[in-house]
Amino acid sequence: MDLIIVYAMVAMAGLGITAAVVLYFVAQKFKVIEDPRIDQVAEFLAGANCGGCGYAGCRNFAEAVVQKGSLEGMNCPPGGAEVMAKVAAVLGLEAQVSEPQIAVVRCNGGKIHSPQKVNYDGAQSCASAATLFAGEGGCKNGCLGHGDCVTSCPFDAIHMDETTGLPVVHDECVACGACVKACPRNIIELRKRGPKDRRIFVSCVNTEKGAVSKKNCEVACIGCGKCVKICPFEAITLQNNIAYIDDTKCRLCRKCVAECPTGAIHELNFPVKAKSAEATEAVEN
Amino acid sequence: MRLKTFKIGGVHPPENKITAQEAIKSFPVPSTARVMLHQNLGVASVPIVNKGDEVKVGQVIARQEGFISSFIHAPVSGIVTKIEECVDASGYRKPAIFIEAKGDEWLEGIDTTATLVSEIKATKEEIIRKVTEMGIVGLGGATFPSQVKLMVPEGQKIEYVIINGVECEPYLTSDHRLMLERPHEIMIGIQLLMKATGASKALVGVEANKLDAIELLTNVAREYPGVEVHALKVKYPQGGEKQLIKALTQREVPSGKLPLSVGCVVNNVGTAFAVYEAVQKNKPLIERVVTITGKGLKTPGNFLARIGTSIADLLSYCGYNADHEAKIISGGPMMGKAVTTSDIPMVKGTSGILVLEEGVERVAIEPCIRCGRCTRVCPMGLEPYLLAMASSKKMYDITESHAIMDCIECGSCQYICPAGRPLLDYVRLGKSETGKIMRSRK
Repeated sequence: MDLIIVYAMVAMAGLGITAAVVLYFVAQKFKVIEDPRIDQVAEFLAGANCGGCGYAGCRNFAEAVVQKGSLEGMNCPPGGAEVMAKVAAVLGLEAQVSEPQIAVVRCNGGKIHSPQKVNYDGAQSCASAATLFAGEGGCKNGCLGHGDCVTSCPFDAIHMDETTGLPVVHDECVACGACVKACPRNIIELRKRGPKDRRIFVSCVNTEKGAVSKKNCEVACIGCGKCVKICPFEAITLQNNIAYIDDTKCRLCRKCVAECPTGAIHELNFPVKAKSAEATEAVEN
Repeated sequence: MRLKTFKIGGVHPPENKITAQEAIKSFPVPSTARVMLHQNLGVASVPIVNKGDEVKVGQVIARQEGFISSFIHAPVSGIVTKIEECVDASGYRKPAIFIEAKGDEWLEGIDTTATLVSEIKATKEEIIRKVTEMGIVGLGGATFPSQVKLMVPEGQKIEYVIINGVECEPYLTSDHRLMLERPHEIMIGIQLLMKATGASKALVGVEANKLDAIELLTNVAREYPGVEVHALKVKYPQGGEKQLIKALTQREVPSGKLPLSVGCVVNNVGTAFAVYEAVQKNKPLIERVVTITGKGLKTPGNFLARIGTSIADLLSYCGYNADHEAKIISGGPMMGKAVTTSDIPMVKGTSGILVLEEGVERVAIEPCIRCGRCTRVCPMGLEPYLLAMASSKKMYDITESHAIMDCIECGSCQYICPAGRPLLDYVRLGKSETGKIMRSRK
C-alpha cells in the first residue's frame, strides 16, 4: 500500500517536471519584452483615459513617451506639471514646464443675447442640428445649446446654464480637449489658465460682416478693429471680421475690454474694484 | 388586377392631397429675383455676370463648374443689382445673384408659345448638349444635373427609361397637375430621353391615387411608341429611385451601385417636361411648378413660378398669415426640410411649400421600446434603431458594417416610431460621418 503512494508521487513529480520544461520553452518562445519604465510611467498618469495628450489612453501615452525618449510636446493635461515632473524623474529627463490650460467657451449669444427666432425640435445633438440649420438665434457660428460638449466631458467639468443656454466651464477642467473636438461650431478653445485664473478672450467666433452678426446677436464681435489699435502688446489680430487675442502675448491689461463697443471681449476672475491700479500693475509685470 | 409595388417595407401616411384639383396658375413675375448659385447636387455654379449688367429672361448668368454642375439662367429680365450672400432655407448664408426685374423681355430664340412641337429633329448628342446648356436638373427634389444621367458610359446599355410620376410625398400635387395638363409635352420629353440614352422602352409609374392622370397618360401614350404607363399601389417611398425600379421592373439595384447597373435611368415627369421645353422650345429651366399647400392656408394651389421668387410672396398669395407661428416646410412632410424663415427664394429643387398650422408638433421623444417597427418599414431593409443608436454613440464601425450608406433618408422609420425617436436625424448624421471615414480610406 505504501508503494502506491510512492508511485503516485513519482508519477506526479515526473508530470510536473515535464510540464515545467515545456512551459519554460514556450515562455521563451513567446516572450514579450517590455520596458519596465512603461509601467512606472503609467502608474503616475491620471488614469482617466481622456485622450487629452493626443493618444488613445494613458497606457498608450506611457508607451509613446518611453519610446520617444524625450518629453518634447508630451504633456498629460489632467496631471499637469506635477505628474510630468514624476514622469521625467523616471525617464531621467528634465521636465518641461507647460503652461496650464483651460477650455474657454467663445460664444456669449445664447437665449439672452441672441433671441430665439425659430424652434428646433429634432434630435438634441449639436452635431445633428449644425447640419440642418444655422441655429435658433440665427447666428451661423454661435452655440447651438444642445450640449455635445457636456456629454463629451470625461471630468464633468462643463455644464449647461439653463438661463443663458450656454455651457459653462468649471475649475475641474483639465484641458483634455474632448469638448473642443465635440463642438461642431469650433467655439471652445484651450487657452492659458492665466495667473490667478485671470483670462481675457474674445467671446465670439462669428465671421460674418458686422452688420449681419449684430442683427443676430447683440454681443457679437463686429470686427471693428478698435481693440487691435488699443492693444499695447500687439496681441490682438483681426481676421475674417473677428478679433483674436493671442494668449501668449496678452499681458492682461484689460484696455481692450473697455474699448469693445459690443462687449464681446470678456475678462474672467479679475477683482471688481481698483481696476486702474490692477491694470498698471499688470503692465509693469 | 394586382397593383405593382416594391417588396420591402414602406408606409402609408395620410395623403392630404388637398390641391389635386387646383389647376396650375402662372405666378406673377417677382420684382426682385434672388437666384442662388448652388441649385444642383454637386458643385455650385460660377457667376458670369457683374453688378449693373442688364440681363434678359433665359440669359446664362452662371456657368457650370466641373462635371456634376449646371448652368443657371436669368429668370427675370432686368438689372443685376448685387452678387451677395442670401439666407437660404437652412438659415445659412449662401451666394446669390440679385436681379431687379424690369418688364419681361425674353432672350431671342426661345419659343414662349403654347404650340406643341412634336417632331424630334435633335440628334442624341444635341439633346444632351441642350439639356446641359439649359441647366436641366432632376426636378423630383434631388436636383442631380440631368445631362450626367443621360451620358451612358461605353459598354453599358440602358434598357428602360423610367419616368417617376409617383409623387408619393403627402400634400404635394405639382407632378400630378403637370401630368394632367401637359401629357403630350411629357410624352415628347420621354421620347427625347429615350433617344438620348438609346433605350427602346419607357415605363411611367403613377400611384393609384391619381387615377385621372393614369387614364389620361395611358390614352396619350398610345400615340407614342415604346411608352407604357403603369398604375402602382399607393405606398411611400415609391418615388425613391431604387423602389421605383423594383416596382416596375422587379430588378434590384445592388448596394452602392447606380440604376445604370440594372439598365435603367430614372427621371421625374417634371424633368421630362423640362427636357421637352429645353430641346423643342429652346427654353432654359427658369420656372417650375410648385405646390403651395397646408390646411391653414385660405387658397392653396399649384403655381408655375419663376426661380428666385420669394417663398413669402407665394405664401401670402395663398392667404398665409405671417403673424402666426407655423412650421414651414420646403418639400413634402416626409423628406422636406423645415425652413428658418419664409423670406427665402425658390430654387430649382423646390417642389412644394407646406405650412403646418399651429399646434402641430413632434411626438415627445421617449426611449426605444424595441418594437422593431422601424426595421419592418425600412424600404432598404436596414435596422434604423441600431444605426441611430450607433451613430449617436459615434460607433462608425457598426454603422458601416450595417450598411448605413444604403439609407435613402426617406424617414419612414421616424414616421412609424411609436416612441417618437429622431431616428433619421441620427442616421443622417451617422451617414455623413461614415461617408467621410470611408472616403478618407480610399
